[in-house]
Amino acid sequence: MALTLNVNGTSRTVDVEAETPLLWVLRDTIGLTGTKYGCGIARCGACTVHIDGQAVRSCNTKVSAAVGTRVTTIEGLSANSNHPVQVAWTEIGVPQCGYCQSGQIMAAAALLSKRARPTDAEIDEAMVENLCRCGTYLRIRAAIHRAAELGAR
Amino acid sequence: MTNINVTRRQFNVTTAALAGGGMMLGFHMPAHGAATNKSPWLLPTEKEGTEINAWVAIDPDGGVTMRVPHTEQGQGALTSVPMMLAEELHVDWKSVRAVFADPNRHVRNSNEYVTMSTSGSNVVRSRHPHIMAAGASARERLKEAAAKAWSVARTEVTAKDGVLTAGNRRGTFAEFATAAAAIRLEAEPKIKTPDQWWLLGTSVQRLDIPHKVNGSAQYSIDTRLPNMVYANVVCCPVPWGKLKSFNFEAIKGRPGVIGAYEMKMGTGRGGADMQSGVAVVADSFYRAKTALDLMPIEWDVGASGAVTDKTLAADVQRFMTMPGEATGANAGGDVFAMIANPGTAKVVKAEYYRPYETHFRMEPINATASVTADRVDVWTPSQDQSAALQLAASQSGVDPKNVYPHTTFIGGAFGGGGGGNTGVTRQATELSKQLGRPVKLIWTREEDVRHDKQRSPHTTQFTAVIGPNGYPTAFFSRSVGTETRVTSGIADMPYQIANRRHERSLQPSHIPTATHRAPGTNSNGFIMEGFVDEMAQAGGINPLDWRLKMTEGDEDWQAVLRVMKEKSGFRTDLPRGEGMGVAIMEDHASICGACATVTVSRRGVLTVEKVQVVINSQHVINPLNCAEQLEGAACWELGTAWTAGLILDKGQFQNTNIDTYQLMRINQMPPVEVHFALTKGGTWGGMGEPAGPPTPAAVANAIFYATGKRIRTTPFKNHDLSWA
Repeated sequence: MALTLNVNGTSRTVDVEAETPLLWVLRDTIGLTGTKYGCGIARCGACTVHIDGQAVRSCNTKVSAAVGTRVTTIEGLSANSNHPVQVAWTEIGVPQCGYCQSGQIMAAAALLSKRARPTDAEIDEAMVENLCRCGTYLRIRAAIHRAAELGAR
Repeated sequence: MTNINVTRRQFNVTTAALAGGGMMLGFHMPAHGAATNKSPWLLPTEKEGTEINAWVAIDPDGGVTMRVPHTEQGQGALTSVPMMLAEELHVDWKSVRAVFADPNRHVRNSNEYVTMSTSGSNVVRSRHPHIMAAGASARERLKEAAAKAWSVARTEVTAKDGVLTAGNRRGTFAEFATAAAAIRLEAEPKIKTPDQWWLLGTSVQRLDIPHKVNGSAQYSIDTRLPNMVYANVVCCPVPWGKLKSFNFEAIKGRPGVIGAYEMKMGTGRGGADMQSGVAVVADSFYRAKTALDLMPIEWDVGASGAVTDKTLAADVQRFMTMPGEATGANAGGDVFAMIANPGTAKVVKAEYYRPYETHFRMEPINATASVTADRVDVWTPSQDQSAALQLAASQSGVDPKNVYPHTTFIGGAFGGGGGGNTGVTRQATELSKQLGRPVKLIWTREEDVRHDKQRSPHTTQFTAVIGPNGYPTAFFSRSVGTETRVTSGIADMPYQIANRRHERSLQPSHIPTATHRAPGTNSNGFIMEGFVDEMAQAGGINPLDWRLKMTEGDEDWQAVLRVMKEKSGFRTDLPRGEGMGVAIMEDHASICGACATVTVSRRGVLTVEKVQVVINSQHVINPLNCAEQLEGAACWELGTAWTAGLILDKGQFQNTNIDTYQLMRINQMPPVEVHFALTKGGTWGGMGEPAGPPTPAAVANAIFYATGKRIRTTPFKNHDLSWA
């Protein structure tokens, strides 16, 4: 069925089953491949996007639930990689393989929009469902603190 | 010595500046990587500038393109290889552009890049001679071109920052690139020694970072081609079982579904390398997956369908009653007699075990192939693109000269992407061949875990006789596993015990296995170094002092242990519920020690407070990247030992996703403090793997001092750590 989505500020009409996970509509139908498939059961966070500013797992969010919302993906977080979270990530050099990092960055940006100066415990709570196999967690923590300094809001 | 401390609250790199903008580096993505969607057929060939040799091209704008024949899976090869080339060539690091080299060219030109395999922590430690030689050769040819033009001797020409000078003559590399490309040197130059380095040894930020913060980095799974269709596959959940039947009629009316295709067992290296299964192809991955989930399938699982962890454990115990193959550094007299008649000496015995583990790379196993009658293009997150080329050629029947693998970033490899990603590369090639159009095949996470090539289970029984001075006089180990590396780090231990014997037996198993970050020592760090602590405890000796004493005279090990002693403040007399533990292991020619500090609550909740890692890799070319790799490897293996562990029942793995195969999360991650203890010898050590092996042992040994409980099997989470 035809559904209209607002993705990164652009209106997109897609013809898919209403129960299709948003992840696959973003990746396969629209072609925004920065959002990643990792586990398919909403436990690894690689597919994290924002819906109306909230971090959600797009692999278990039906596309129909995104109709009438603002969907933001990593490609739409900023125009020139200049969101404070991206700046901090670059300064500290967080990524290794990089595959989970779109999801990490989206989760971190959502956290900082609610908590301007999160504690380590708040970071752990917000980021615990974002798996990183390369073990960049220490740098993720450091970069979130740095992004807070840079004024993510 | 360089110290890099990363804690929850501070982030200091004390070796070199790592400011944001100042160190931001020019980076050029390979044409195909930056624009896979628009121009999927482009390869990073000779488009950049004037090629001096296969590795280096001087671009008209003054930039230097460096072609990297190794894959970038998070370990930093896309930065390390250009660093080594730039060191010799002597160009401004900011002018460097890194691109992935063309695997087709490599094969077509008889292994022009020597090897494209990216494994074994080899890229820097064992490939630096030929990589640096390529940079040195390019530099000398540029100098020779200038010398000829200026009628001076080459020895009078200096190459620095991309500029050639001799007296008052001056010219850029770009000006002499064309002439240099035609020059053949009478003798190739020697590579620099570490005391001559200007770039190597400094902390340089990775070149790929900017692409990994905005979603633009292209992974194999992101490949999109015109006319491409999507496939999902399921193979017999019991490896080597066979597809009996499937009912396509039940799903053929579903939206977007194109067809179902049997995947026949392949016949590659080491026997079949493609399992029996069935794929469904549709116009989107989700439609293919949903249809496959709904399609009735029958399997003939064969006799292996009865195998469980319990039957494997029974096999292990059967082998433990029999002599195994003697292996490793056996020495001294009859250890069996010494164990049987210890007199008044103490005898220590223990059995340690680690189960099957899976790689669980973030990027699930996938491949995209486009097969036509005379050309194949293939994308897969393989650690060896030349091997992927051969697999695609073999499966398609197309001449290898006409097969083009496209190198993308890899979403984690950890040993799992070796051999060209055999099964999935063959499957995607076969499907594209049958369909006559490009096919992207993705394994679901569950399929990825079931049919990844796993890490072998390891069991070792140890017996040691402790002499009157508290140190062992006789030592016996018998190891059972499915691969010979079951004795890695045990049979070649550094400890000087006068009488020792090591045996191993290989148990049969139907589970395919392969390398896994720090192969062999990944499990044996825990196994061996746990028992070392038991020997030290039995002798009443401080376990760090025990290791120092037992490696006396071996400076490579002593250096690590001395730094660990100095930096850690290791002690065994902390209050109940708190503990420190140490361990040390050699992996890929690096000796790596870990000291862990833990707390365990009365109810048994484990918190790893801190891990200190000390490494002797002899040399370090990029301390920043090394620190990242050490943190990452420590996290990797600690997570595996703490909460993972595959569960085998009915011949198949049961915990096939992250909810049940649990791995390290941010809230478990301890601060990691890195120290280098470099002895600067001739053999370089690896960096991507060695911090894994000692870390779980250090934590388990710390748990013992906190609780009095000795952990001899993993995952730790299966143990009751409570104490009163």
